[in-house]
Amino acid sequence: MKIVDDNPSVLTALDRPNSYIGRAVPRPNLKRLTQGRGQYVSDVTLPRMAHVAFLRSPHAHARIVKIDAGAAKKAPGVVAVVTGAELAKVITPWVGVLTHLKGIKSAPQHAIAVDRACWAGEAVCAVVARSRAEAEDACELIAIDYQPLPAVTDPETATDATTPVIHPALGDNLCFERSLDVGEVDKAFAASDAVIETTFVFGRHTGVTNEPRAIVADWNEGEQRLTVYQGTQAPHMMQDLFAKHLGLAHQQVRVLTKDVGGSFGIKVHTYADEMATVALSKLLRRPVKFVADRIESFVTDIHARDHRVKARIGVNKDGAITAWEIDDLTGIGPYSVYPRTSGIEANQVVNLTGGPYTCMNYRARARVVFQNKNVMCQYRAVGHPIAVAVTEGLVELAAAKIGMDPLEIRRRNLIADDAYPCGSASGLKFEQLSHHESLAHLDAMMNYAGLRAEQAKLRQRGIHRGIGFASFIEVTNPSAAFYGVGGARISSQDGATVKLDAQGNISVHSGVTEQGQGTEAVLAQVTASAFGVPIERVRVVTGDTDNTPYGGGTWASRGAGIGGEAAWQAGKALRGNVLAVAGSMLQTTPQDLDIRNGVVVDRASGTERLPLDELARVAYFRPDTLPPGFQAELMATRHYVPRAWPFAFTNGIQASYLEVDTDTGFVTLLKHWCVEDCGTVINPQLVDEQVRGGVVQGIGAALFEQCLYDERGQMLNGNMADYLVPMAAEMPDIEVGHVVSPTADSELGAKGAGEAGTAGAPACVMNAINDALRPLGASPLTDMPFTPDKILKALGKI
Amino acid sequence: MKPAPFAYARARSVEEAVALLAEKPDAKVLAGGQSLIATLNMRLSAPALLVDINGIDGRDGIVHKGGMVEIGALARHVQAERSEVIASFAPLLASAMPHIGHPAIRNRGTIGGSIAFADPAAELPACLLALGGEIEAQGPEGKRTIKADDFFRGLFETALGAQDVLTAVRVPAAAQDTRTGFAELTRRHGDYAIIGLAASAKADGMGLKDVRLAYFGVGATPVRARQAEAALSGEASEKRIDAAIAALELDPPDDVQATGAAKKHLAGVLLRGVVRQLMEPAR
Amino acid sequence: MSSRAFDITLIVNGGAVTERVEARKTLVDFLRDDLGLTGSHVGCEHGVCGACTVRVNGAILRGCLMLAVQCDGARIETIEGVSDSGEIADLQDAFERRNALQCGFCTPAMVLTAQELLAQPGVPSREAIREHISGNYCRCTGYQAIVDAIEAVAQARSLSPSFWGASGASEPGIRTRDANAHLDSGSGPAGRPGMTVTRRAT
Repeated sequence: MKIVDDNPSVLTALDRPNSYIGRAVPRPNLKRLTQGRGQYVSDVTLPRMAHVAFLRSPHAHARIVKIDAGAAKKAPGVVAVVTGAELAKVITPWVGVLTHLKGIKSAPQHAIAVDRACWAGEAVCAVVARSRAEAEDACELIAIDYQPLPAVTDPETATDATTPVIHPALGDNLCFERSLDVGEVDKAFAASDAVIETTFVFGRHTGVTNEPRAIVADWNEGEQRLTVYQGTQAPHMMQDLFAKHLGLAHQQVRVLTKDVGGSFGIKVHTYADEMATVALSKLLRRPVKFVADRIESFVTDIHARDHRVKARIGVNKDGAITAWEIDDLTGIGPYSVYPRTSGIEANQVVNLTGGPYTCMNYRARARVVFQNKNVMCQYRAVGHPIAVAVTEGLVELAAAKIGMDPLEIRRRNLIADDAYPCGSASGLKFEQLSHHESLAHLDAMMNYAGLRAEQAKLRQRGIHRGIGFASFIEVTNPSAAFYGVGGARISSQDGATVKLDAQGNISVHSGVTEQGQGTEAVLAQVTASAFGVPIERVRVVTGDTDNTPYGGGTWASRGAGIGGEAAWQAGKALRGNVLAVAGSMLQTTPQDLDIRNGVVVDRASGTERLPLDELARVAYFRPDTLPPGFQAELMATRHYVPRAWPFAFTNGIQASYLEVDTDTGFVTLLKHWCVEDCGTVINPQLVDEQVRGGVVQGIGAALFEQCLYDERGQMLNGNMADYLVPMAAEMPDIEVGHVVSPTADSELGAKGAGEAGTAGAPACVMNAINDALRPLGASPLTDMPFTPDKILKALGKI
Repeated sequence: MKPAPFAYARARSVEEAVALLAEKPDAKVLAGGQSLIATLNMRLSAPALLVDINGIDGRDGIVHKGGMVEIGALARHVQAERSEVIASFAPLLASAMPHIGHPAIRNRGTIGGSIAFADPAAELPACLLALGGEIEAQGPEGKRTIKADDFFRGLFETALGAQDVLTAVRVPAAAQDTRTGFAELTRRHGDYAIIGLAASAKADGMGLKDVRLAYFGVGATPVRARQAEAALSGEASEKRIDAAIAALELDPPDDVQATGAAKKHLAGVLLRGVVRQLMEPAR
Repeated sequence: MSSRAFDITLIVNGGAVTERVEARKTLVDFLRDDLGLTGSHVGCEHGVCGACTVRVNGAILRGCLMLAVQCDGARIETIEGVSDSGEIADLQDAFERRNALQCGFCTPAMVLTAQELLAQPGVPSREAIREHISGNYCRCTGYQAIVDAIEAVAQARSLSPSFWGASGASEPGIRTRDANAHLDSGSGPAGRPGMTVTRRAT
């Protein structure tokens, strides 16, 4: 609840001497990346490795009548040409459903389509060859007879009686539906001074990770063992799935993840072409590599955020929000993605709308429908960008309606900072948030009054600037409530093993993974602090199912909060073990000793007693000198799972300051602010950079990014020139501030921060644009991305 | 995305390039490659033979002679960007250069390639049209000069034949009374323009004459807005600019970045800004 | 004579290399697959993301838009060679300390591109830095840390003695190149956002 002091006076369990907690330590793994000596999966080569290219359906929906691969099989360099039916003998299909999403249904999906292609881009045949180029050459020689089928491409009509059902066995095109009705919504609306109703539309997005999806699968027939190099966020999850669908034991599967060129949730899912690659390796008994090229990435990487939300807010003249209502329709692909399901995003929209506020009258309906477009699933901030944009958009529309300042209406409705623990209308449980403290901090940081004055002055000169805000809550550190309870074999616990080596240095092996957010740094900082060595003496091992404890990987911003806590506990435990050895060597009570700066010292005086390398030498090479009956244990493993709270909610508030050129409809972003409360901050620079990166992804949502589809289910802009990702020249500088409300569910008290930027940025950019245009009589813009076309239209210029 | 296989040959002279192009019906000239190789990578194009002209000497000069600025086809964008000759005598091109892609693209892309490829959203074809420039080409029948007004025929289609090599472009050198203006609208710096306008004119007392307005990003080719040009002749005034905007005959199609209606509106906005540039005296 | 495969000889990171390549092989694929220099990355294969940026005969260009056969006789420098030479040590250090890289995939290209800007005279403004790297896609950082790091190096280099000698600049002080002056959030009108009305450099 307090803004953190530089030198806190109270000693807590975190206040270890020479602690790295709270320090902006540079990441230890960066040197190899700046030298170009990273090891991305796309860099991996193995002996006898072959490359796979997939022939993909040009039709959104078609029966595969015949595949003639004769010429392709004889093409230069070709090792094999394999159809879906052939591969189905090696790998079983999967269904993306979970039991806690009541009623969710989906059809079995194969690694390569069998009988029917259900989206344009779905793989229908695989060519394995000496080189990717030769595989592509051979793909061109394959002749496929397709019988095109009607494509379902409009979510609004997907469940109409006249719309063809994509999977007849399911009965209709409804994947999942959820409803919620809390409080007395109708009564509240009827009694409100004003009710504002609008429809929000969100463009379909894709992650555009800089390194495309890549996988190298190596089935060793002699060892009967599968080794997979994959840029996955969740190696143990993938180990389980490869084993399950290939009929192997976990012990036969090793998943390795080294450097990953960006993920953001894209690489946490199960992809048919990656499963196919693994199956092909087993079938062909040699390593097979698949690297998605950019064009196929656009039509196969999961899409996200394709939602249309009808929404209503009730408000009284005194600013009190009286009721919320939303009706969310989202059109996914033809399959719910496995194993996390494509129902989660809509589920989150229902859970999170209205979250920061006190109003408890809330009705929501969400429907998830199948379409013949690329599949959709969790992508950074899952559902939050939608829920926050809907909520914060309604709040500022309400403020405008009653003539109240947008920060003031928030002051009157945000949950009080001393109201905790409490819950939301949708049943979320909040331990401790800081909406008001964060708002006050933001107000000061951005000099809000100054900006309003500047805005007013410039308007008189025909220059239209806007200021928009977004308060938000964010889901982090998930317990089993997220996936486990639904039957998914996705671990919400995590583990860390810390070992002392024969030179007295330590390594920490962790089940969470690194994709650039700084997981390795955080683990090193935490372990170094808990154990008592300089950070240079800590080696971090992640991304190896053979060599790390069983864990969940990195997603839902759990790396620092959950993985970090396990490392903290393991570091403390190893310190205890090492001090037991030291105590026996020094004939002293271990409690009177400590480890600081790599040396065993007197806890009280700090006098150095025994360097760690000497302790290690004795323990490993001269155990004969230790007292009889004493056994040195120089490894410790601890696990951690949040138990008190289903999620560690964080909160924050963002603001956007921008200028709209009312002649051209172009938006210039002038500045952006974010105040984030993510509990204990282990590395402030890393947290701030996660916020910045997330904000820019959110700006992409607000202004630039959209997967455009025509009515035939063809993606129209699937390349880097036409799908607009944010580039440097258009982005603002972003100022980040912090409030700290640690969670009591762990000793570190760290929550997650990886997705906050993305959760709030689209909302506040939208609000800023509308703030700029409102005095000009433009109708509010609620259809993202806000292109010049839409702005010109709102202004009546076209 | 790996290209389909092709044969490759290096020409050491323009004559040799022309002869090599005759070897295969779908042979293509490889200059900067910044557009061509992208299309090959995506297999949008699969020529049997690439004729690499980068090794031909003496075709990358930028000179001011005979009242013209002559730019060899192989002059890289970056050379043009840094050229004193262009800064002094072809200021319209100097305005356009920083908008072309990004530094790494400009280090390799060529002036000739940009003109020959004729992307409808590219800057240089419109500049050439606005300046009333000409293109020098060499083919099986020998050398010839093509006026810019006659060069851009259709979508990626120019007056160049399959065996022609574009060897130089020429624009009239700017004089004391030359006025130029350039503006483009892009969602992100360096993108192909949603719409752009390259313009040249001659100062005429308090007004303009010989106005040439070339829009790009509005159709299959850069397009002269002749009615608007006529409306701008004479003494400058806001009314005259309004009339010119009203006289714009553009009917741009919709594309993934903007609707035709938006482009039409933006064409007027650009014109207002560019006319202000045209009214600024030359340095 | 035209052919599909060629023997090429080129200098890569200071060492002579002779290989036989298919005409269709791009430079970046040649570097990665044939020479094992995987520091240059493939992100899009159509020249937009910039991850494949390498130096050829001293100038940065897109490795995915150049054929290996075109590099016969050329001098290629990749991130590995430029890094080992020490030429960009200060830039790498600044990137590491400022966390101007997260996943690192755009970083080799970003650093080589930044170095080309920093080799030009003058200390670039933040706007000029952003414009110069506008062809290098980063999905992780949101660009600000990258701009911070490049700006810091530009300023540090301008204070070092060799800077004046190398550039021959005779007037000290900051000379900025403002492409879009309206990006300043201070008071005063913004220029026309999105539309770059080019003023001739004074």
